[in-house]
Amino acid sequence: MKPLLEVRGVTMRFGGLVALSDLSFDVTPGHAHGIIGPNGAGKTTAFNVITGIYAPTQGDVLFRGESITGCRPSTIAHRGIARTFQNIRLFRDLTVLDNVRIACDAHARYSWPGAMIQLPSARQAEKETIGRCTDLLEKFGLGNEIHERAGDLPYGSQRRLEIARAMALQPSLLLLDEPAAGMNSAETLNLVEFLGWLRDHFSVTMLLIEHHMQLVMTFCDRITVLDFGKTIAEGTADEVRKNPEVIEAYLGQEDGHE
Amino acid sequence: MTRWLQHPPPRGVLLALLAAGLAACFAIEQFGLVDDYVRFVLITLGINIILCVSLNLVNGWMGEFSVGHAGFMALGAYLSACVSVKWLSWGDPLWMFPLAVIGGGLMAGAVGFLLGLLSFKTRGDYLAIITLAFLMIVKSGIENIPYVGGPRGFLGIGNHTTLLWTAVWTVLTLWTIRNLVYSRFGRGIVAVREDEIAANAMGVDTRKAKLTAFVVSSFFGGVAGALFAHQLQFINPSVFDIVKSTEILVMVYLGGVGSLAGSILGATAFTFLSQALQPLGTWRMVILPLILVLLMIFRPRGIMGMREFSWFVPRREFPKKEDKK
Repeated sequence: MKPLLEVRGVTMRFGGLVALSDLSFDVTPGHAHGIIGPNGAGKTTAFNVITGIYAPTQGDVLFRGESITGCRPSTIAHRGIARTFQNIRLFRDLTVLDNVRIACDAHARYSWPGAMIQLPSARQAEKETIGRCTDLLEKFGLGNEIHERAGDLPYGSQRRLEIARAMALQPSLLLLDEPAAGMNSAETLNLVEFLGWLRDHFSVTMLLIEHHMQLVMTFCDRITVLDFGKTIAEGTADEVRKNPEVIEAYLGQEDGHE
Repeated sequence: MTRWLQHPPPRGVLLALLAAGLAACFAIEQFGLVDDYVRFVLITLGINIILCVSLNLVNGWMGEFSVGHAGFMALGAYLSACVSVKWLSWGDPLWMFPLAVIGGGLMAGAVGFLLGLLSFKTRGDYLAIITLAFLMIVKSGIENIPYVGGPRGFLGIGNHTTLLWTAVWTVLTLWTIRNLVYSRFGRGIVAVREDEIAANAMGVDTRKAKLTAFVVSSFFGGVAGALFAHQLQFINPSVFDIVKSTEILVMVYLGGVGSLAGSILGATAFTFLSQALQPLGTWRMVILPLILVLLMIFRPRGIMGMREFSWFVPRREFPKKEDKK
């Protein structure tokens, strides 16, 4: 099958620091693809290149076969790549509804003069957006918190809201940057279940960075291992687990659990 | 944004109040119901509301710190004065004056577009410094144009700013900015304030959002300037200095950032306070900033900061009946 996302020889330099060097990997549609690697391996940098926050020094990123290298982040979001952030980046002072609505607005098509004089078409589009966002939030179990301030939600709900917000873009590829960060093992177990539901319900392809080995090994169809900005291994969970280079660079001791 | 009241007010009450207010303004003008001083204060109030709510779009909803609003006011004032005194002086004020006001607004809006371009790469303190520089450029620029009177000022402007015109422009400004704020464009502007990186990643074109905020804000700043020029009938570059900008900032931060009700409240409190404190002479300029200092300490977002009076919120924003717990 034709890959959904192709990262082709991407190098990212910050002055003298090489964060990514000649990084390449493909994400197959329908897969949950994991990126693992020690701290500072360049995982988040890779996300930032894919979503357009950084323009790579060299190399190319293709989405559905078209180059998105150097596109603005908002353009990439419109093309169908949504993401979450390692340290949750919600619009904290806004309501839960407004958080999701801002992403959903990418699909609204009324003009600003229309908005300013309240043309019926603009009002209709606004109502539709509210309806769509309310439905989405209900699916994510946030239906009772629609008018709460996002920053007031408990941590777990904030994580869920951030994913809901990303899904409001109706992406075909969802990038999750450490979704299990700050969760205990029971919460992580719930998360695995939740991610499975997300994949089946929205049939969205996922690319996720995670430190929690158990999550990655059980959930991901394919895993890319980074170290020092390079791919050192790629394959299924079993292949990666047995790869001597991975064991040496990353899993090191004992049994592969952190 | 939280709201003052959780339920929408009865439909039509606001409209009825509005109609009554406009009728009152018309009656006051037509039959001379109030003396000149009261009329002057009321017109000043309207102009201040326009200034306050338009600056609030950039400083409140978008969360930047612009100190250049008096510059946009100056552009609007001078361009409208040129229209009404030099270019279309033969025209009937009934159509010529609105044209002059819109012209002033467009002039300010065009320059606001340029300032918006500068805000792409610069944020926070640095953008504040740029707006300060912009203000100085406008002021010195006007001082060096003999065509508009240079440092002596622009004389002989017609007294066209009636109470009714002021009321119409005030309502128009509030209505347009309210519609903008509760649209996808307004939410984009707010998203820039909340988290620019996340906004971008969620498909908000932050450049367009910034341009929209600056253009709309400066357009209405120019409109206020045009009304101001035709109220005083004499304008001078030194009126549009940092003190004028500071006054508008006091209104915004007194009333509350990111709030229409706050803008009206701030402008009203400021207008009446500065009149009431008139007997104190220059001590006035000690007391007003002191209020600002106290506000920043005890209520940094202003009295109505980030809250809204429910009458200004579109009905679709309220929870539906079946949503209630």
